[in-house]
Amino acid sequence: MAAALETRGLVKRFGGLVATDNVTFRLEQGARHALIGPNGAGKTTFINLLTGVLAPTSGQILLEGQDITRLRPELRVQRGLARTFQINQLFPAMTPLETLGLAVSERMGGGHDWWRVIGSKREIVDEIVEIAERFRLTDVLDERTANLAYGKQRLLEIAVAFACRPRVLLLDEPAAGVPEAERHELLATVAALPRDVSVLLIEHDMDLVFSFADRISVLVNGGLFTEGSVEEVSTDPRVRAVYLGESVDE
Amino acid sequence: MQSDTADNVRAALGRRGRWGWGEVAFWLVAAATLVFLPERHLILNEIAIIGLFALSLDLILGYAGIVSLGHAAFFGLGAYAAGILAKNGIGDPLLGLGVAALAAAILGFVTSFLVLRGSDLTKLMVTLGVALVLGELANQMSWLTGGADGLQGITMGPILGLFEFDIFGTVAYAYSLVVTFVLFVIARRIVVSPYGLSLRSIRDNPLRARAVGIPVNRRLVAVYTLAAAYAGVAGALLAQTTQFVSLDVLAFHRSADVMLVLVIGGVGYLYGGLIGAVFFKVLQDVLSAWTPQYWQFWIGLILVLLVLAGRERLTDRVRALRPRSRRGLATDKARPLPTTTAREV
Repeated sequence: MAAALETRGLVKRFGGLVATDNVTFRLEQGARHALIGPNGAGKTTFINLLTGVLAPTSGQILLEGQDITRLRPELRVQRGLARTFQINQLFPAMTPLETLGLAVSERMGGGHDWWRVIGSKREIVDEIVEIAERFRLTDVLDERTANLAYGKQRLLEIAVAFACRPRVLLLDEPAAGVPEAERHELLATVAALPRDVSVLLIEHDMDLVFSFADRISVLVNGGLFTEGSVEEVSTDPRVRAVYLGESVDE
Repeated sequence: MQSDTADNVRAALGRRGRWGWGEVAFWLVAAATLVFLPERHLILNEIAIIGLFALSLDLILGYAGIVSLGHAAFFGLGAYAAGILAKNGIGDPLLGLGVAALAAAILGFVTSFLVLRGSDLTKLMVTLGVALVLGELANQMSWLTGGADGLQGITMGPILGLFEFDIFGTVAYAYSLVVTFVLFVIARRIVVSPYGLSLRSIRDNPLRARAVGIPVNRRLVAVYTLAAAYAGVAGALLAQTTQFVSLDVLAFHRSADVMLVLVIGGVGYLYGGLIGAVFFKVLQDVLSAWTPQYWQFWIGLILVLLVLAGRERLTDRVRALRPRSRRGLATDKARPLPTTTAREV
């Protein structure tokens, strides 16, 4: 079976700097895979290459076996590759309801529908409700996004990506900055993501990585340093040396 | 429980499409002026045209976040298209509107690719440049446009073959008002549609809009083309109802005025352009009657004060920051116009 997402010899150079260094990587179907690495390891560049914000210098990206290396970002989303952002990228003046309605109707191909009111289709409404319940947003659907508690905004950040019905979901530090009190809710919804969605988690928080992931890849200086199961990586002395030492041993 | 939420969702989404009482009243008052203010029909006609022109700018500025200092390019092209058509014996007004809309839409479509690249400053300069180029072309091609003397000898046929234009401007005003109303209704429908929502999302956060699969550029090309067509119709209305077109329709001050009109009335709110047009024109009329030489000084001063005092209205972001529960109170205090739903329309 083709990997959910795969890169082959992916390279990105910025002038003399090699930000992504020959990364060959597989995200298996239904995987819960974490990508970790010290600051500046090139995690963000890697995500931007996967989503099409940046074009690679060389190498290939395959989504479910199909080459998407040259595909525009929005077409990758339509093929089933969605992401969340480390820093919230929401629509502050819109309500969560409108935001989800937008994402759902875009996915159903109604985005250029200029005549109907957005809520007039039953399947759109049903899906908004389903997503709102999954991400515990039902009680704030009609608030302005800018007014939501940070934890709720974080949930919405993931809900919007989920509303694109991705086959592959890239979560970029989903728990970043969420206060302790709202953290549990967020982690629970991330853990409850359906298994048919393959998830690549980019994270600093080792608790979240260990509780969520079944495989871990370590990125150092733009290249894949090692990859393995949670036990393998967490007990690998070289990984501890470059990265985990400071956050696990204390 | 499930169905409760679904009903609420449906209701909340549907709310945006519904007409409020304020809106119905607005258009009833506008219609009433046809009967009750017969001696004002010439200026009301101008107001309707400027209102439509400002509405067109709002579609790109308020809803899609595209700044323009050259929106007169489309207005002027529409005016010349309709004028030249009528001068050459094709005097049917509605046909003229259609041709003007088409011509402006084509120009809008072509120039949209120049406008969509680059920063806001680039956009301002490119739009300004396009309007200047068009103005100079109209000046040079005097065999077609009449050049600096203007396009004279326009004779219009009756609307739908029934209503002849009269010298009091009543038919002209009714015509402009109806056209503006029809285009307003369409625009209102568009801004609450999924397409309109995608425009607002692009304005708020293009990065995220792309990340939910929205083809950002294509949507912007579409709205720019549409707004150009609207501006073309506004220009055509002016040409047809005044039966004259001069280089003035492409002048820089037209682009600047329409921006002022929109800022006065409120950006990102379809009534903003219409209300702004009423204020602007009435202000201009009153001031120029009071002090014919210095009215521009006063209008400048008033505009500065208005923008400083009401600069919140320049963007609706400030409103967006206000919690729903407190918004009601704030509205009572300072805001003459907007209620939540109308403001979003």
